[in-house]
Amino acid sequence: MARPASSMRSQISALGNWVDKRLPVSSFWRDHLSEYYAPKNFNFWYFFGSLALLVLVNQIVTGIFLTMQYKPSAAEAFASVEFIMRDVPMGWLIRYLHSTGASAFFIVIYLHMFRALLYGSYRTPRELIWIFGMLIYVVLMAEAFMGYVLPWGQMSYWGAQVIISLFGAIPDLWIISGDSLVEWIRGDYSVSDATLNRFFALHVIALPLALLLLVMLHLTALHQVGSNNPDGIEIKQNKDSDGKPVDGIPFHPYYTVKDIFGVGMFMLLFAFMVFYAPDGGGILLEHDNFVPADPLVTPEHIKPVWYFTPFFAILKAVPDKLGGVVVMGLAIVVLFLLPWLDRSPVKSIRYKGWLSKISLTIFAISFIRLGMLGIGEGTPAELRESQVWTALYFLFFITMPFFSRMEKTKPVPERVTSSH
Amino acid sequence: MSENGVNKGRRRLLTATTAVVGAAGAGLAALPFIQSWQPSAKAKVVGAPVEFNLQPLEPGQIIRGLWRGKTIGILRRTTEMLDTLPGLDSKLRDPDSAAEEQQPVYAQNQNRSIKPEYLVLVMNCTHLGCVPELVPEVGAQPFDAEWQGGFYCPCHKSKFDLAGRVYDGVPAQLNLQVPPYQFLDDRTIVVGIDPQSPA
Amino acid sequence: MVKLMIVNKMKNQLIAVSLSICLSIASFTAVAAGDEGVQLFPVDINVFDTAALQQGARTFVDYCLGCHGANYMRFKRLAGDLGYSEEEVEQYLLPAGRELVDTMTAAMDAELGVEVFGTDPPDLSLVARARGGQWLYSYFLSFYEDEERALGWNNTVFPNASMPHVMWELQGVQALAHQDDSHGEPHGDDSHGGHPNPADQFELIEAGLQSPEEYQRTVQDLVTFLVYLSEPSQLQRHRMGIWVMLFLALFAFLAWMLKAEYWRDVH
Repeated sequence: MARPASSMRSQISALGNWVDKRLPVSSFWRDHLSEYYAPKNFNFWYFFGSLALLVLVNQIVTGIFLTMQYKPSAAEAFASVEFIMRDVPMGWLIRYLHSTGASAFFIVIYLHMFRALLYGSYRTPRELIWIFGMLIYVVLMAEAFMGYVLPWGQMSYWGAQVIISLFGAIPDLWIISGDSLVEWIRGDYSVSDATLNRFFALHVIALPLALLLLVMLHLTALHQVGSNNPDGIEIKQNKDSDGKPVDGIPFHPYYTVKDIFGVGMFMLLFAFMVFYAPDGGGILLEHDNFVPADPLVTPEHIKPVWYFTPFFAILKAVPDKLGGVVVMGLAIVVLFLLPWLDRSPVKSIRYKGWLSKISLTIFAISFIRLGMLGIGEGTPAELRESQVWTALYFLFFITMPFFSRMEKTKPVPERVTSSH
Repeated sequence: MSENGVNKGRRRLLTATTAVVGAAGAGLAALPFIQSWQPSAKAKVVGAPVEFNLQPLEPGQIIRGLWRGKTIGILRRTTEMLDTLPGLDSKLRDPDSAAEEQQPVYAQNQNRSIKPEYLVLVMNCTHLGCVPELVPEVGAQPFDAEWQGGFYCPCHKSKFDLAGRVYDGVPAQLNLQVPPYQFLDDRTIVVGIDPQSPA
Repeated sequence: MVKLMIVNKMKNQLIAVSLSICLSIASFTAVAAGDEGVQLFPVDINVFDTAALQQGARTFVDYCLGCHGANYMRFKRLAGDLGYSEEEVEQYLLPAGRELVDTMTAAMDAELGVEVFGTDPPDLSLVARARGGQWLYSYFLSFYEDEERALGWNNTVFPNASMPHVMWELQGVQALAHQDDSHGEPHGDDSHGGHPNPADQFELIEAGLQSPEEYQRTVQDLVTFLVYLSEPSQLQRHRMGIWVMLFLALFAFLAWMLKAEYWRDVH
């Protein structure tokens, strides 16, 4: 009986060799998983990279299935979403996985970005990882904005109207004027069927392709230099006689099993939102978006979805239209510059001085507070508060080159401080 | 890293259990996506039973209509037409309508109908779905020298008699399908619903 | 001992993050709910109350469906979801000349609506998702007589609404209470505590077929039905969710065991 079993095994391994000669399967496995060394001191904050990938897959799979039922025309879009919610078997679940997934994507991405701020993951030699990550973030915002237009409810319509109109603030340059640019984006004299149709094409094909490409670049750059860690120590600088980093462990199995646990916990929270709070009390799916788009009636408060509201608050905080658009743009651009603004001799917040700690805390609070103010009605008091937080938001970046270099830092240890 | 003290059995068991539960989860997660391809509630409205009015139908005539996107034909047979049926058994592939899926039990008889006079058929050929023509004339035809009247499919030359029973030696292997139907009254047929169940 | 501490630490972090997410959502919601300037009456809506759904559906068909449609809803779906058989839906809810598979379109056509009310009565399929159950409940309790309006009715929750009070026979006729006599007349019931109470705002000048309590119940049932109508799949959603979460909890637990087993290697 032993012979057939062993011959079967040898046949399988022969097939494996055959494939491996033609496709670098086992070397890929080695290079990126079983012999890819990651620092052993990853903490809670390091779950969000793999979770972002999970949410991306969720958006792509549910998105493909929604595309099978959704109709990208002004006349049919709203009804086709309700058709998905009511008439398609399990259509409601697929739709909620997608709509809740969009919000989950931003929660995960924001936490992932905050991790980089905490531990200096954008610092040399990881500047490109950060740049690609920021590009992912920008494309994701475009993707989410266009996705929000597709249900063609009142918020979809008027949100698109307001956001596209922002391009009208651009001053006349040669043959381009702000107004002509707005018209070109809409493809009509108002937000219309043409706008919806092109946003659909960008949302389901163009931007997802760009996202996938950027994610690939982000990961390739990461695996080129290796991961940072909560101590901000380069583990490659301390190798044993075999050439393996002494503070590193193979990604597989150690971080695969850890990430699977993270995935389980995340899905538990995510399922709770999908099944018991899919509209998040009007935050994830806004009440006004259950009213079909009507060019004749403007909703009382037009506001973007929660993940854009920090930038929306910055926009509103500046009294001038062009000024507001420029400042809002700068709020994103300045994030790209982080690798060159941070001049600290250490990477991780653990070894930075108290100025860094206070600044980062204030920055985080300003972002959250601006997000809450962006949802509000824009009363004078809210606007004044937005201005204060906007100033603090920018102050973080402007003062960083100075406080990061001047403050007293703690000595960084030789080896990672394992919490195990 | 210590190689000793590793409980390989426990590791293998936990890996296998997690993998099996994970795979089961992935399978369950696929279900809603698979289900979403089923006919929607809207499609089922189109698939709802359809009424046919028999009033204008003269003996020997056929009317056609759609039910679930399929062509339904209702043929009002004359006594001469019905008389041809018993003599054909030797030429047919399934003269006794033994294939159960091709008709409801109440049409599993010589005439393949509830009332002998009215034949209700799904008119799509059981070969590749073309719609056979009614050729009622008895006598030599280009496709059959001893034609007794019946249905002839122009696509691949399948032949059926006036009860939709398939001839032997043609591409189609099964009799034309009789859909579920009931008589609402003498002049109205509802296709898509069995007689027993309430309207 | 060390391991236990790590687990605890991780758990604390997880709890902290999920809490902070929940809190931020809650505070966002509070901001959002504060949008309306009108005071709304408190009400509990339970879409799993089959009796309320059935009663609400009948009220809806009798009083709303004449002018408003619910174009995304099919009569057929009411069987099952409402605990009715198809025959019962036909008997109690289906207007004459309609089929079970039809959508719940209005009996009146849109042009007539524009003629009578000056506007086409909106579709009600999603009204509860757009307005919220509490708003609808308060709206139906807040009609009062106003001779300056074309149809003789006005509403404090939705001032100058084009819709007349279609259920006035049930409720009777209300007038706005005079602000100054609210302290003179004790309203008896203090159980409402600090919540706004219809009895403080209106006085009944002509009794209806139902007592105020019965009418509130009628409206509550109607709103329950409207909340169901806005998302019929919520019944299935709530029932399914718990099983999905139990399964995921099992998976997460196994994954944690697996992780703990492998990480014994790491020192």
